[in-house]
Amino acid sequence: MTTAVGTTPQSPPRPTATPDRRSKGPRAWATRAPLLPALVFLIVVTQLPFVATLVISLFDWNSLNPDKRAFNGLDNYASVFTDAALRDSVVTTILLTAGVVIATVVLGLALALLLDRAFFGRGLVRTLLITPFLIVPVSAALLWKHALYNPEYGLLNGALSWVGELFGDTTPSQPDWIAQMPLLAVIAALVWQWTPFMMLILLAGLQSRPAEVVEAARLDGASAWQTFRYLTLPHLRRYLELGVLLGAVYIVQNFDAVFTITAGGLDTANLPYTIYQTFYQAHEYGLASAAGVVVVIGTIIIATFALRTVSSLFSEEANRA
Amino acid sequence: MTTATVPAPTPSARGTLRRARRRSTALGLLAWAAGLAFCLPALWMLLTSLHAESDAATNPPSLFAPLTLDGYRAFFGADTGVTPWPPLLNSLGASFFSTVLVLLLALPAAYALSIRRVRKWTDVMFFFLSTKMLPVVAGLLPIYLFAKNAGMLDNIWLLVLLYTSMNLPIAVWMMQSFLADVPVSVIEAAQVDGARLPTVLARVVAPMAAPGIAATALICFIFSWNELLFARVLTGVVAQTAPVFLTGFVTSQGLFLAQLCAASVVVSLPVLAAGYAAQDKLVQGLSLGAVK
Repeated sequence: MTTAVGTTPQSPPRPTATPDRRSKGPRAWATRAPLLPALVFLIVVTQLPFVATLVISLFDWNSLNPDKRAFNGLDNYASVFTDAALRDSVVTTILLTAGVVIATVVLGLALALLLDRAFFGRGLVRTLLITPFLIVPVSAALLWKHALYNPEYGLLNGALSWVGELFGDTTPSQPDWIAQMPLLAVIAALVWQWTPFMMLILLAGLQSRPAEVVEAARLDGASAWQTFRYLTLPHLRRYLELGVLLGAVYIVQNFDAVFTITAGGLDTANLPYTIYQTFYQAHEYGLASAAGVVVVIGTIIIATFALRTVSSLFSEEANRA
Repeated sequence: MTTATVPAPTPSARGTLRRARRRSTALGLLAWAAGLAFCLPALWMLLTSLHAESDAATNPPSLFAPLTLDGYRAFFGADTGVTPWPPLLNSLGASFFSTVLVLLLALPAAYALSIRRVRKWTDVMFFFLSTKMLPVVAGLLPIYLFAKNAGMLDNIWLLVLLYTSMNLPIAVWMMQSFLADVPVSVIEAAQVDGARLPTVLARVVAPMAAPGIAATALICFIFSWNELLFARVLTGVVAQTAPVFLTGFVTSQGLFLAQLCAASVVVSLPVLAAGYAAQDKLVQGLSLGAVK
């Protein structure tokens, strides 16, 4: 097992212990130099465009009508919050994210608990379980849309027919999954893809649980449920938090599944899809940028918590060294 | 087995033991069932890709229809002459070059953050991380406008730059933890011998941290290969990547299920290979280095 600090044990003291040697002069620059290319690159490629988005969001700018480009302050933001379609996509984003995250955490926890025990072929089962996560997201979405959900020959309805036939029902119900429950269809596909991710995080959490404590609890006569409730769950708390927050950060940004399965139709357009459409098809640059800024603000709120969780795990690692 | 630790079990203890073992078998079977259930759609995709079109689209499904490679042949353009090679090669190129660039940028950065600690190194680490949390859509429009004005639309190198920025934070985080395991004394010895930084990185640090660097590379490759939104907005005909090709595939060819499944299998293969290879490090990469 690696630690964050490893062979440099004096983690925080190390830089501060010799401040005068490092703070000034060519030596400090020699220390910093290897860091600079990556830092400069990231600032240029990620931060500058965002600043540009902020600026564009203050303009009334439709690229089909470039002469009418004009500064209009916060009007675009007002539109974002009053425009019915955009407001709907905010709601959709929340439903989609919350649905996927909750379902994946619950399923992921169950699977992680199953895999935390020794049984025949555990490695193989783990590999099977990871597979959904390793299908290219677009392929996965196409697979669900055409090979599973298709009302005429998808696997789901095929299985319904097959089971129906077993019971002598020659005309079993053949729902049109995507048309009847579009958002749920997208959620199910995403849950399938992301459950392995949650499982892996929680499994890592379970395996970092000190074995002696669990053993001691068992010797003291704690039941399986008691051990889970009072030992495992508290230990897993931060891994659960981490899974939820990272899952939220990744799912909020999801574009592939919405784009592929429903193309944003039937009230499944989430914010990334709506923004994509607003600027790519409707050419409303100002409005799209304002919506983008709103997404960023939302993500920052989630990310602040995510960063704090990561940071607490990180400093724990740092202190352990 | 556990019985060895219990010299003379009383009948009731033996009963408990037997019950516990039966329960453990049941849970093992349950795990197998869950694993197979989760893998089923992927296996279904594989099976369908190996069926003739007439057997692929049937209800109820024809499990035992004869296997054929026609779906793969069709995907590679046997009938239409439209081959998927340009997009596949574009994806390969964009993923490969951005991975190389990520490694070139991340290795020195991780060195500065783990071995030669810069001041406030944790702050820098968290700055890297925070850029990863910035939604892609928030910067897409300016990047699009810039690319359009600079004549860089439909250009694979633009994707290389963007994928590099997308993966750099993860790579820095992962590598920081791998490099922290390289003994400082070895590096100092090299420096005493007069080696400069590039030499130290290439000759001393990189070989010692090779497995971690390889895992980082695989994860960066997967993310680049999977990416759709940038590629969809910023490429057209020439630089089209495999995921973009796939989304257009259904509409342009009509729906041929076996062919579609074959296409999905082919496009997913590199990721599956890289993912299985990097299994253990996958979580670490995805959870931004927080979980090991």
